[in-house]
Amino acid sequence: MTWLDKIIGPRIPDSVLHRERRRFRRPTLLLGTAALLLLISIFFPYWRIRLYAPQYPGGLVAKVYVNRVEGDVREIDGLNHYIGMRPLEEAAQLERSLSIILIVAMALLAAGAIYVHSPWAAVLSLPALLYPLIFLADLYYWLWNFGTHLDPRAPLSSSVKPFVPPLLGEGRVGQFRVVAIWDIGLWLAILASILIIVGLYYHRKAYKPFYEAYVRGELA
Amino acid sequence: MKRHTLRGLTGLALVALLLIGLIGCRGGGQTGAVVSEDPMEIARARGLSPADVVAAVKTYQPTGTYDEYIMFASGGHSGQVLVIGIPSMRLLKVIGVFTPEPWQGWGFSKETQEVLAQGNYDGKELTWGDVHHPALSETNGDYDGQFLFVNEKANARVAVIDLRDFETKQIVKNPLSLSDHGGTFVTPNTEWVIEGGQYAAPFEGYASLDQYREKYRGLVTFWKFDRERGRILPEQSFALELPPYWQDVCDAGKQVSEGWVFCNSFNTEMATGGVEKGNPPFEAGASQRDMDYLHVINLRKAAELVEAGRTRTIKGFKVLPLDVAAAEGVLYFVPEPKSPHGVDVSPDGNYLVVSGKLDPHATIYNFQKIQDAIANERFSGRDDYGVPILDFDAVVETQIELGLGPLHTQFDPNGYAYTSLFLESAVVRWTLGGPWAEKHGRDPWTVVDKVSVHYNIGHLAVAEGDNVNPDGRYLVAMNKWSVDRFANVGPLLPQNFQLVDIGNPNGPMQLLYDMPIALGEPHYAQIIKADKLQPWEVYPEVGWDPTTQSRHPAATRPGEERIERRGNTVEIWMTATRSHFTPEHVEVRKGDRVIWHITNIERARDATHGFALPGYNFNLSIEPGETATIEFVADRDGVFAFYCTEFCSALHLEMAGYFLVRP
Repeated sequence: MTWLDKIIGPRIPDSVLHRERRRFRRPTLLLGTAALLLLISIFFPYWRIRLYAPQYPGGLVAKVYVNRVEGDVREIDGLNHYIGMRPLEEAAQLERSLSIILIVAMALLAAGAIYVHSPWAAVLSLPALLYPLIFLADLYYWLWNFGTHLDPRAPLSSSVKPFVPPLLGEGRVGQFRVVAIWDIGLWLAILASILIIVGLYYHRKAYKPFYEAYVRGELA
Repeated sequence: MKRHTLRGLTGLALVALLLIGLIGCRGGGQTGAVVSEDPMEIARARGLSPADVVAAVKTYQPTGTYDEYIMFASGGHSGQVLVIGIPSMRLLKVIGVFTPEPWQGWGFSKETQEVLAQGNYDGKELTWGDVHHPALSETNGDYDGQFLFVNEKANARVAVIDLRDFETKQIVKNPLSLSDHGGTFVTPNTEWVIEGGQYAAPFEGYASLDQYREKYRGLVTFWKFDRERGRILPEQSFALELPPYWQDVCDAGKQVSEGWVFCNSFNTEMATGGVEKGNPPFEAGASQRDMDYLHVINLRKAAELVEAGRTRTIKGFKVLPLDVAAAEGVLYFVPEPKSPHGVDVSPDGNYLVVSGKLDPHATIYNFQKIQDAIANERFSGRDDYGVPILDFDAVVETQIELGLGPLHTQFDPNGYAYTSLFLESAVVRWTLGGPWAEKHGRDPWTVVDKVSVHYNIGHLAVAEGDNVNPDGRYLVAMNKWSVDRFANVGPLLPQNFQLVDIGNPNGPMQLLYDMPIALGEPHYAQIIKADKLQPWEVYPEVGWDPTTQSRHPAATRPGEERIERRGNTVEIWMTATRSHFTPEHVEVRKGDRVIWHITNIERARDATHGFALPGYNFNLSIEPGETATIEFVADRDGVFAFYCTEFCSALHLEMAGYFLVRP
């Protein structure tokens, strides 16, 4: 038995598959759906911040996708220059350039776990599982980075103290009330994580006995 | 001593009396100061009648809500057009048209100066205009909210305003006409913009008044409008030569009368005045005859003849000669009571209402009867120029006594007509007959109500009241005098737009609101449902030229700002945003030609920047996305500070720079 065989794990005999179809289909469906949701999430915004001020009755919005920012970016950048915040375009450039490839890779790995009938399945789905947390951590890093590295030469540098916009919920900067929400994309990724956890639970239930028998050499 | 005391006491008593009087007065004057929150108590304290309260409630526009109607009103000799919300009667905009208008920077940029220069008179720059009749563009006889046309009487000019940005795009100068009054009116699909002439004059050159009948001419001009381009096409336009009567207000036929045009005239006596030479003055000479002529024009036929090349070209402009028009069935006259002012076509197109200022009646003509009379050649004769005169009795439907000095008539959807009474200072409501009788269920052709206005009413406007589909509800009386309506502001008094509720045809008309017009004499106005207008919020692209409604060749994006010198020419590409111009220093040598483009790179609504260059008389208003250019020779050395004139941000005062002209 090579190390690769050990990772991939045993194939389930047709007779068993036929008899207990539901047992093996459950993790397949859950992990597959999770991978699919992750792919779909690329097309939706992950995070949205809305700025309210008296002179902007409809509010200003920035919608953060995994690879771009949309909405009233120009206007927000224009306002940010007063306090010396860098243009939104400059944030997370590396992450944004790699995001699509990485998400596709994570989804493929999670989908790959369907064919891996060993504890390695958990390792493969780990990136997708942790992905929402990684995203939020990275977002928080950039919010902190931008909010606390204001240009001291900006016109209003002395009147605004460094601040970190909220990751979720309400905050206040000057005359602006800002409301941050987690958007559809992120919820899809979170849902994918939950599906992966549940999927791995059923995966373990389905394959563990076979894997142990396989390691003991009882299964071809 | 005693007498002194006595005097002192008397003095004291007087002072005391005065004080008491003053206090009494103050007490009396305090009715205006109200502290209550109860509406009825406030009304009582302010001395408001129940009708006042109703009027206030009907016109009050709570903050954050929009008016239901928009009125475009002429600004008279201010040369501008006023945009007013109804029912609040709030002034929303003053559109610069024939006169520089500093708030909009109208007439200060190169682009807008070029539009204004289109109206130059034989190369002479004109700095004022006498705006008369705004006309909204129509589709199938209904306002479509796309364009506004307006004429200028003093120099016979017509302007085109694009209602996507409420800015003037074109001015055409009538090359043949000295002045015009009967414009502008549009045909039901805005193919033509009609401009009636006014004071007859030779089409070109000089002719003495002795040659009035032979050399002087009247005219009506039909300007061809290209809706796609949003421009009048002078080369496809033409004028109809008319006898030297003074043509006046016109109206285009609609529905059954589409393709026909009706214009009033006065001075069919062809009086030439000269009171200083012992002649009868114009006012008497031009009022000798009992009848003037309503001009009935077959526009469709006229356009065919123009197409067929039956025109002469004078001063580069096509003219359909009078003899051709008379011979080919283009032009007919109908007698009308003397000194008429309005000719107004009913929404179905079948009735023409003509009111003579010196006759208390409205004369109503029936279009079908006019057609029959033409077909059967029911002529009562021909005028001196060979134009057939239709028999009055054959074409008139009826005459109604309305009151003193009837002028203009508009309509509502229920078969009522509204006529202004200049001498009586009133608006009269009366019923139409024919198929309209079913709508109002009253006796046809009768007066039903009258409301007093203050004072000397000229035109009136009913909401969409001159198109095929009137809205009714509101009427605005455009009054020439206000006399006792407003606080005294010196001998030049504002005119008065009065809002009248005509929403209930079974109840009385109610006067709701007085709006002082403080920049010129109101003439005509049109009222459109606000939801028919779809103006832009900001210009579609950064670097927009509103005069061409396309991208400006000098559009400048952030990072593209620069100053280039070519010989003695310095060209500047500048951007404006909150709160800085880029670049902030511009340095040239005295005598350099300066071409200076400024692009407002904002995309937020209302983020307009001004650009003032004092010392060189430049003042721009650059709306979000707009690019504007100024061009001049730096003929004064010295240091000039340019700055933003619209308070755009907290750092607006810092939005400035230096223009340095080295000697």
